[in-house]
Amino acid sequence: MGHLRTTEKDTMGTRKSGFGAFLALIVLIVLAMLILTPLTADRDGLDEAALVAARQETGGAQTREDIMARQRGQQIDDTFRRTATGDPANAAAITGQLGTLGGVSDAEMWRALRYDEASTDATSRGPATNVLIQDGGMWWLEFREDVIAKWGGWLLLGMIGVLAVFYLIRGRVPIVGEKTGRKILRFGSIDRFAHWLTAGSFVMLAITGLVSMYGRPYLIDVMGKEAHADFAHWSKLIHNSISFAFMLGVVLIFFKWVRFNIPNMNDLRWLRQMGGLFDDSVHPPAGKFNAGQKIIFWSVMLMSIGAVATGLSLLLPFRVLVFDDVFAWINGLGVLSWAGFNDLPVPLTPQEEMQYTQIVHAAFGFLFMAMIIGHIYIGTLGMEGAFDAMGTGYVEEQWAREHHSLWLKKVKARDGTAHPAE
Amino acid sequence: MKAMLAGFTAAILIAIGAWYGLNHAGFSSQAVYSSPNVRLE
Repeated sequence: MGHLRTTEKDTMGTRKSGFGAFLALIVLIVLAMLILTPLTADRDGLDEAALVAARQETGGAQTREDIMARQRGQQIDDTFRRTATGDPANAAAITGQLGTLGGVSDAEMWRALRYDEASTDATSRGPATNVLIQDGGMWWLEFREDVIAKWGGWLLLGMIGVLAVFYLIRGRVPIVGEKTGRKILRFGSIDRFAHWLTAGSFVMLAITGLVSMYGRPYLIDVMGKEAHADFAHWSKLIHNSISFAFMLGVVLIFFKWVRFNIPNMNDLRWLRQMGGLFDDSVHPPAGKFNAGQKIIFWSVMLMSIGAVATGLSLLLPFRVLVFDDVFAWINGLGVLSWAGFNDLPVPLTPQEEMQYTQIVHAAFGFLFMAMIIGHIYIGTLGMEGAFDAMGTGYVEEQWAREHHSLWLKKVKARDGTAHPAE
Repeated sequence: MKAMLAGFTAAILIAIGAWYGLNHAGFSSQAVYSSPNVRLE
């Protein structure tokens, strides 16, 4: 057994991926965002009973206290306004006082429009054209700028900073053993084509997505409004169009690699040993993909589904409206009220559906970008010999022995020998 | 490196095809919700 253990250790690669650290950073930042940024307005100091009592003096109409509470950013129960939209069924006779109003005063009519309770008709057909007023825009704009853009930017910068520190401390992960000069085919041409199709389109999606997020606050100062308008226009066209290449690439990757990414017991050992991240002498065995790569694979798939679903919804606006049902379902669970948050807003106008879709799309995009930055690092600068796998498709046999020993054994058992060096 | 260049080239070609396809289908909200009564030209 001792001999076997020594042999196994010698053939196991030193895996210095750092994916675990990257994922941990992402989780920490997301948790910090959730903790530091409440999903709803601050309710501290809000005395709902006092507000209700004050309305007794106005016959149920809103009071100065209601207005001041809203201006302080506190969310009050606005049912008293939402439902005060007139009473046509008990309208005064047409010859009576104000009978010509049909039981709905001007204020009540505008309130009905304000809360999208009015039955409106428009000559332009579509699910959103008869919503004349919706007030979700400012909330969305503030959340987009103060949370998504701000924390998303810090997430990307933080990831780059962590990688820079990691590189300065750890350096490039080398091929520890003596190189054999023999090359092993790791990825065939179709694998590499699918990877670069996905990678190329993803990089363009990321750049153009960042232009959409940060163009107005930053690029206008650099290039001026006219140039930025053209730049942002073309950026959006590229973003919309190249997304289809990304979708095809992800589908290809899924079907090509899913069978190598089924979790097994070796993954537990790889994770327990942190992939050998902090110790050169630890070389956990791995198949074609190690546990860190499997986590990346499934994360990419999940994030692709989220980003593509929301992206298509944004590309084809108002066709697919899901958040109203999802919010109602979450509210029904009672989890938010249990945790001290307000219920999520329902019903939503079609415009608000798009606003939430944009927020989720951007959140997926930032998480995706942060993860891929780590992936690019370890595939290029961070590890000696790693790029060859997707460059030429052939890797140094010693690299394979150190990082994917179980896969190398299978390949050698199948082929009998490795390919000579080119 | 041929696979890389092929992947990038394919991404560009698919994007160009998608751009023509989307515009041919009139995907945008501007195209879908415009009518003789609402012209956004």
